[in-house]
Amino acid sequence: MGLLDKEFSEGNIVITNVDDLLNWARLSSIWQLGFGLACCAIEMMATSMSHYDFDRFGVIPRNTPRQADAIIISGTVTLKMAIRIKRLYEQMPDPKYIISMGSCANCGGPYWEHGYHVLKGIDRVIPVDVYVPGCPPRPEALLEGLLKLQDKIRNESLRKKSA
Amino acid sequence: MMNAEEIYNLLKEKFGEAVIGLEKENPTEPIITASPLQIHKISEFLRDNDQLKFDSLMCLSGVDDANGEKIKEEDGSEIIKGGTLSVYYHLHSVSLKHKITLKVSAPREEPKVESVENVWKCADWHEREAFDLVGIVFLNHPDLRRILMPYDWDEFSEEISRHPLRKDYKNPEFYQGMKIPY
Repeated sequence: MGLLDKEFSEGNIVITNVDDLLNWARLSSIWQLGFGLACCAIEMMATSMSHYDFDRFGVIPRNTPRQADAIIISGTVTLKMAIRIKRLYEQMPDPKYIISMGSCANCGGPYWEHGYHVLKGIDRVIPVDVYVPGCPPRPEALLEGLLKLQDKIRNESLRKKSA
Repeated sequence: MMNAEEIYNLLKEKFGEAVIGLEKENPTEPIITASPLQIHKISEFLRDNDQLKFDSLMCLSGVDDANGEKIKEEDGSEIIKGGTLSVYYHLHSVSLKHKITLKVSAPREEPKVESVENVWKCADWHEREAFDLVGIVFLNHPDLRRILMPYDWDEFSEEISRHPLRKDYKNPEFYQGMKIPY
């Protein structure tokens, strides 16, 4: 973890730098926007339930974009919805992170050719941090995606945001 | 309980020319064809007649028959001129336990069909869907807006890209700055 390694053997003092402390705080409480689109959302909900327990990573759904840190695009993004998603994303405060969950959100999925109403990948509208493949991805895959996002946040610096 | 032939004879006797024919040879179900501009009064009769009592409109579907002249475009795609668009009505009588399918066909260039919204309330959204995806115009419908596609779809698409379930539909390049093709 980095933080606890630097603890002095006695006393309750930890020495670290601001980057590590902020990153540690951020990655340990990623509040996701309570938001689901299609069948992927069912897997996302399953991930939040006690069996997989998203909460042990500090992920809890937050019902307003203004207090959310991350948004999981869980499902097929229609053109109509893409406009709403963009607005939700813009309402989130920085730093904000996006997990694109499932084939539809990644690249259009099964609708890639004849989906006249489907946006072929949410990255055409908002910048994605982590792509989770699968149709739909199992909860383990989503957890892996979250760990990848945590890795990404861990290496961030105040001087420059990577996303 | 009446079979399709009896229902057809009853309708033919009552409405004459407005009821066009009975398709019996279909592998699925017999279909009564009717005139698109008379369908409202036929529907009312089907619902209110004591022998028929069709109190439930199970489904209303818009169909592109694609039976017009197919014209090849330079890029290999086809557009369709002439022919018809159809609306199918699947009716069921809960009390008398019989079913019937109605069909009306309207010309592709001017697809106008009477609304049955005030006969069966559920036709409201079904007709909006048929209007949205196939482009059939329902006369006297109280609120004929798009129901699935974006309301401002027309502003970003050409004539051929208005109604996505038409057989000669072409997807537009962009919608509100978002690229649509893969």
